[in-house]
Amino acid sequence: MLKHSQNIVIIDYGMGNIGSIINMLKYLGIKSTVSSDREVISKADKLILPGVGHFDRAMENIEKLFLRDILTEMAQVKKIPFLGICLGMQLMCESSEEGKLPGLSFVDASVSKFSFPSDSKLKVPHMGWNYIETCKESKIFASLDEKARFYFVHSYYVQCRNESDVLSRTQYGFPYVSSFERDNLIGVQFHPEKSHKFGISLFKNFLDNY
Amino acid sequence: MVRTRIIPVLLIRDGGLVKTVKFSKERYLGDPINAVRIFNEKEADELVLLDIGASKNGIEPDFNEIKEIVSEAFMPVGYGGGVKTLQQIEKLFNIGVEKVILNTVVFENESLINEASRIYGSQSIVVSLDVKKDLWGDYRIYTHSGSQKQKLDLPSALKRVQELGAGELIINSIDKDGTMAGYDLPLIRKVSGLLEIPVVAIGGAGSVQHLAEAIREGASAIAAGSMFIYQGVHKAVLISYVTTEQLEGAIKG
Repeated sequence: MLKHSQNIVIIDYGMGNIGSIINMLKYLGIKSTVSSDREVISKADKLILPGVGHFDRAMENIEKLFLRDILTEMAQVKKIPFLGICLGMQLMCESSEEGKLPGLSFVDASVSKFSFPSDSKLKVPHMGWNYIETCKESKIFASLDEKARFYFVHSYYVQCRNESDVLSRTQYGFPYVSSFERDNLIGVQFHPEKSHKFGISLFKNFLDNY
Repeated sequence: MVRTRIIPVLLIRDGGLVKTVKFSKERYLGDPINAVRIFNEKEADELVLLDIGASKNGIEPDFNEIKEIVSEAFMPVGYGGGVKTLQQIEKLFNIGVEKVILNTVVFENESLINEASRIYGSQSIVVSLDVKKDLWGDYRIYTHSGSQKQKLDLPSALKRVQELGAGELIINSIDKDGTMAGYDLPLIRKVSGLLEIPVVAIGGAGSVQHLAEAIREGASAIAAGSMFIYQGVHKAVLISYVTTEQLEGAIKG
């Protein structure tokens, strides 16, 4: 696909500031569309589901905006490239310990809370720059610097039931799933939009290679 | 291995980027957005944004401006200046700030540190203390952008903010601010020795060697304003940055 003619839609459902994502795409020469409109979403070539905050509140907003069926259609029927970031990745799972509502259930995965002994040096949320160890080949990490690092802020982490979906792991007490990929679906726990050149390279791959 | 963080500090007042020397002699430098874009290019790992007019003038953080700056930043941003309430802290996180920095409010309502760190996690709540040596060589804490002296002694204040749940402490030397003559190393040694939480040193950096000295004295991260903004003896405005690799070279060197 010609990079500049792509219709990238960032889903806006009221969870956090998406300004940096818009600006990073703009930096790569792409004018994205920010929307919560079903019509607009249905015309997207690629979708980005961002988000920070509480799992149930996010799912409530998605249901209130009647976005579940259109997101499911785009992700699972039309199978367009779909990138979930941080909470957006977690919403692609079936459920979360953070809430009671069902997730979008695009991947066989659930979300659990980090828990460490109180005398541990490991704090929750996991916050700061950290490394990833890729578990399989992927176009999203193409030509990624060996020392690539990304910025993380999260208290909950994804557990994939299919090991083959796991794209990378990150050490925080144990090696947890920091990204997954299955067919057209990608989820990243870190914030590429806050990970300067490494994030730029990830978005560039999402634009160029999918 | 934990990377040593190198943090450019941007001071703002009334929407403009400024820089001070010893907390006065303020100089207007331009639009903070331009500076943020250059730090994007330089691949800075973290930015600190301080509104030096807010607390002193008793005004709220300028949420619109902060949101605009944060949206331009391709790295995490910490914000400080005029933060007094949990509602303001929540709003700052909602507009994309990663860490909130508390200073004056620490001496007005210390329980805010505790409440905020319980809700948002201690890593996202940072306390910054501005200190100046008195005639007897003791470090005194100043609030309201360096204009009001506090009674509490520095060691007690440090222990207290750590107990209350601050995740990180920024120690700023008013005497060294903007001088580019090197950090107050005895201060950094003293503060690092008293705390378990990471200490970020600021005030006085003018060269990579200065940064390395602060790390040797125990700082976990180092921050600088003038060094990353000015170039040469005449202080021409030219934004630069030091990579972790350069710093680690200087530490070994």
